[in-house]
Amino acid sequence: MIKFFLMVNKQGQTRLSRYYEHVEIKKRTMLEAEVIKNCLSRSKDQCSFIEYKDFKLVYRQYAALFVVVGIDHTENEMAVYELIHNFVEVLDKYFSRVVS
Amino acid sequence: MALTIVSQIFPREMIPAVLPLIEDKLQHSKEIIRRKAVQALYKFYLIAPNQVQHIHDKFRKALCDRDAGVMAASLHIYLQMIKESSSGYKDLTGSFVAILKQVVGGKLPIDFNYHSVPAPWLQIQLLRILRLLGKDDPRTSELMYEVLDESLRRAEINHNITYAILSECVQTIYTIYPNSELLEKAAKCIGKFVLSPKINLKYLGLKALTYVIHQDPNLALQHQMTIIECLDHPDPIVKRETLELLYRITNGQNVIVIVQKMLDYLKESKEEYAIINLVGKIAELAEKYAPNNEWFIQTMNAVFSVGGDLVHTDIPNNFLRLLAEGFDDGKEDDKLRVYAVKSYLALLEEDDALYPQKFLQVMSWVLGEYSSLVTDVDPEVILTKLHSLLRKTFVTSETKVWIMATVTKIASRTSCSKAVDEIIQEFSNSLDTCMRQYAFELKNLCKDKELMKNLLPFDASCSDMVVDASLSFLDGFVAEGLGRGAAPYKPHHQRQEEKLSQEKALNFEPYRLSFASSVSSSGITGRQSPTGLSVGSDTSVNSAETGHKETSTLKLEGVRKLWGKEGYLPKKESKEGKEKEPQTASCSTLSTGQVGDPPALRFDQVASISEEDKEKQQLASTLFIGLGSNAGVSLMGKAETATQKFKRRSKINEIQHSEEVSDFRNSAAADFGPLLDTRPINMEDSEGSLHTRLRKASLSSSDIVEDNLAFEMPQSLRKSGLEERLSENRLSQSSLFADSNIEIFQPSPSAQCESASKTPLIPSLPEELEELTHSEIVQLCQSDALALYLCKVWTDDSLLLTVFVSNKTTAVLNAVNLVFEEAEHFQILESPSYQFPAIEAESVERCQKYVWMDKICTQGVLSGSVNYQLEMETRLDFSVTLSLMDFIRPMQMTTEDFGKLWLSLSNDVKQNIKMSSSQDTLSAALNTLQQKLKLHIVDVIGNEGILACQLLPSVPCLLHCRTHSRMLALWFRSPCSALPDSLLYQCQKVMEES
Repeated sequence: MIKFFLMVNKQGQTRLSRYYEHVEIKKRTMLEAEVIKNCLSRSKDQCSFIEYKDFKLVYRQYAALFVVVGIDHTENEMAVYELIHNFVEVLDKYFSRVVS
Repeated sequence: MALTIVSQIFPREMIPAVLPLIEDKLQHSKEIIRRKAVQALYKFYLIAPNQVQHIHDKFRKALCDRDAGVMAASLHIYLQMIKESSSGYKDLTGSFVAILKQVVGGKLPIDFNYHSVPAPWLQIQLLRILRLLGKDDPRTSELMYEVLDESLRRAEINHNITYAILSECVQTIYTIYPNSELLEKAAKCIGKFVLSPKINLKYLGLKALTYVIHQDPNLALQHQMTIIECLDHPDPIVKRETLELLYRITNGQNVIVIVQKMLDYLKESKEEYAIINLVGKIAELAEKYAPNNEWFIQTMNAVFSVGGDLVHTDIPNNFLRLLAEGFDDGKEDDKLRVYAVKSYLALLEEDDALYPQKFLQVMSWVLGEYSSLVTDVDPEVILTKLHSLLRKTFVTSETKVWIMATVTKIASRTSCSKAVDEIIQEFSNSLDTCMRQYAFELKNLCKDKELMKNLLPFDASCSDMVVDASLSFLDGFVAEGLGRGAAPYKPHHQRQEEKLSQEKALNFEPYRLSFASSVSSSGITGRQSPTGLSVGSDTSVNSAETGHKETSTLKLEGVRKLWGKEGYLPKKESKEGKEKEPQTASCSTLSTGQVGDPPALRFDQVASISEEDKEKQQLASTLFIGLGSNAGVSLMGKAETATQKFKRRSKINEIQHSEEVSDFRNSAAADFGPLLDTRPINMEDSEGSLHTRLRKASLSSSDIVEDNLAFEMPQSLRKSGLEERLSENRLSQSSLFADSNIEIFQPSPSAQCESASKTPLIPSLPEELEELTHSEIVQLCQSDALALYLCKVWTDDSLLLTVFVSNKTTAVLNAVNLVFEEAEHFQILESPSYQFPAIEAESVERCQKYVWMDKICTQGVLSGSVNYQLEMETRLDFSVTLSLMDFIRPMQMTTEDFGKLWLSLSNDVKQNIKMSSSQDTLSAALNTLQQKLKLHIVDVIGNEGILACQLLPSVPCLLHCRTHSRMLALWFRSPCSALPDSLLYQCQKVMEES
């Protein structure tokens, strides 16, 4: 199960967020901040899955843009990882040049 | 578009309104719309599974849709449903395998390809479904082997997404019933992952390895070196996954190394969640595999000091329990304890060290219990150390109380020491009331060494307290209190209500007078403080402080709060069970005497008693029945409702048991019935049975006639008609389910008589029950000595389960005990068990239990057992399936009443259902509902009809039906939200069947 979908830039601003489970608005900002901090602190040669609290984060970096997906433990990380890529490819096709 | 919105925002209540529309859309010509419709249904399924129960076959259609998108959408529904119960969908395995084969074979349109891999996410979804289906099922698994093999082969292109599919495949292979060839391949795959230089793949490999390891430990051996490398990996996430893997393969030999690695990681880690998780694992491993005492204690020390206050409360509790209970060998125990004490003393040696509170608490407890085992250390030294700890500011008051208890324990074993005196002096005027009170207690105890020794016996921590859960010894006191005009105990929520209504205007005067001398209260309280320090005296000390201000409600609350805290502490310790109860009880009375009982404080005691009660509530719900019976005098009307509530609760429990009995019996008897001659209808009176059967059918039709007539008939006439009907019903509950229109047939009474008195061992209902509608008597279970039969009797106000126990032996059976287990959905009135008097040889005894449905469900199981003594104790288990319809009764009402009630009810559910050709008129449809669901037809006006029924004991449900163009619009209303849903389901079922 995918819990949420985030697009953030390198400055830590959220560009797009979509939640598939109810999270309070206040908690969302908190969660986003935490998630971003976690992702930004990781270098390129580290693995793109993070265990965070009781779920996992899968992230992928495209230039200055991070796409982060929160999933639960039953989900296949690699599948989600590729899903992100698929999503970005679709964006790319639609808008020819994607900028955050 | 609308469909997308529907699936996103629709609340539960609105589903029935749009459901038919969406169902129509399933047949739409455009794929995208069909797909969206399926997605909307999936959403509905997630929200309210039972509302879409009837369209499962449509999902099947969607699964076979020619468009792959629609099919993919329906997979989500199936994954969810199979997750809940895999057994119902085994037959679909073939289709899933076929679909996967097509997908893997590239039969899908090219649009579904992602980087030239055909529909990878679809594959993953399918693999997941297969995994669920094939789990522990060799036959289903066999179907999958081939396709799994193929997907493994096909997924050999080097791309991330194929890795994802591979890992899913591997997981499936290891979950389903094993096949050696596939296992080998899967193992190779994992090996590839783990060895991969790509970090993500490595992670995936480790995860798979973790998953697989308990089936195939050899795999881990092969990759030993890689695992070791991963352990030192710079990425903490990989490290953590590796530790998880190691945790699975830990055994007695490698525990030291693994735990050491874990502790290292723990020290680096900062995330709270990870720490809690890891600490739990370390503690578990340490307890399980500890090679020696020193290591164990040291590990636990490390856990406590690193984990700090984040550790779960279970861990220190378990640790202490382990210390207290010890292992098999007494000497080893002592060594362990001595070592623990010594290590703690060493730790306390460092003056400036800051230890987490929980660690300090553990230390103080161990020191208190076992410090005397260490002979070469002067207790005085320990006491001084504890004293210095008490002065530290970082120590919380909770920990201080632990330490004080330790001081008391040590003091009991030494002659009066200076340190103790100092402590007493210092804390006797502490601002913290808990501390002050402990100091007082200590002081008083010190005066009487003998009592103190009794109170705090050495190493009594294992002797379990005998806790009288029912607090029965309290009953006398309660009765006394009630006799003086005190209010009976009320549960917390009710008290709050009262508080609101009375707005702080509680009147204390009568209480004060009424409790002139209730010293015995301390008897109760003392019992709860296994530290051996009488909480009874707590009351006095606490109240000494606040007593003079007690006229304000605020203060009262203050006292209560304190109590909560106090209660909390002893409770915690009571887990360790330090003391035998009688001792405490006796000494608490004593100490109350010592401290004295200032007369002004009684009110506080009352408050505290009820507070105590509250805390014990979970433990001692039985108490309240006792209270209820004692509640002769109730000052407030509400109190009575409270007692009633409790009684009801207990009834609920009882019913729950007797329920499960019936359906099992039904099925059992269907098999055994004819063979064992249990049915009252025998071969020879097959003629009679034919008659009765015919009559059953006819009855139902007569019912209809009667009820239709009833609208015009005066009320009184109608009643008599009903009675007639009831008495006529006799053997045939099944009349409710029979539905042919045969003319009324007079049954031959002789045939009935014959059938009723057949073989002696066949149970029969007593006269008065025979009159009511009831099911056939079916056999539940049997052994050599006993046979159990069940008959459901649908009485007006409950379901009466009549259980017959027939003694097949030639001896008298004594002490036959029937017990129903507590069930979630049902409530048994009175008690759930029944003790039969002696059952004579070859005779039948019966027991009756009234059952209500407590929580609504379409079908539930009530199980129970029969114990009897014949040479040896034997137990016979049985279970009964009860359906919602067992608890639905017609509800008599007039049209006006219906209108009024309708407006007052809030939960409604609407749904349109198609009418079959046989019942295209409203009256025909209503009749079906009346016969099969026991609904009462209140009125019929034009193309609308209103019906009413009730769920026992008294939850009404109203139904409004309207026909339009071969559709029947059902509209339910009820005060209970779940009831309309379930009834709707039943309606759909019967309408489809007919």
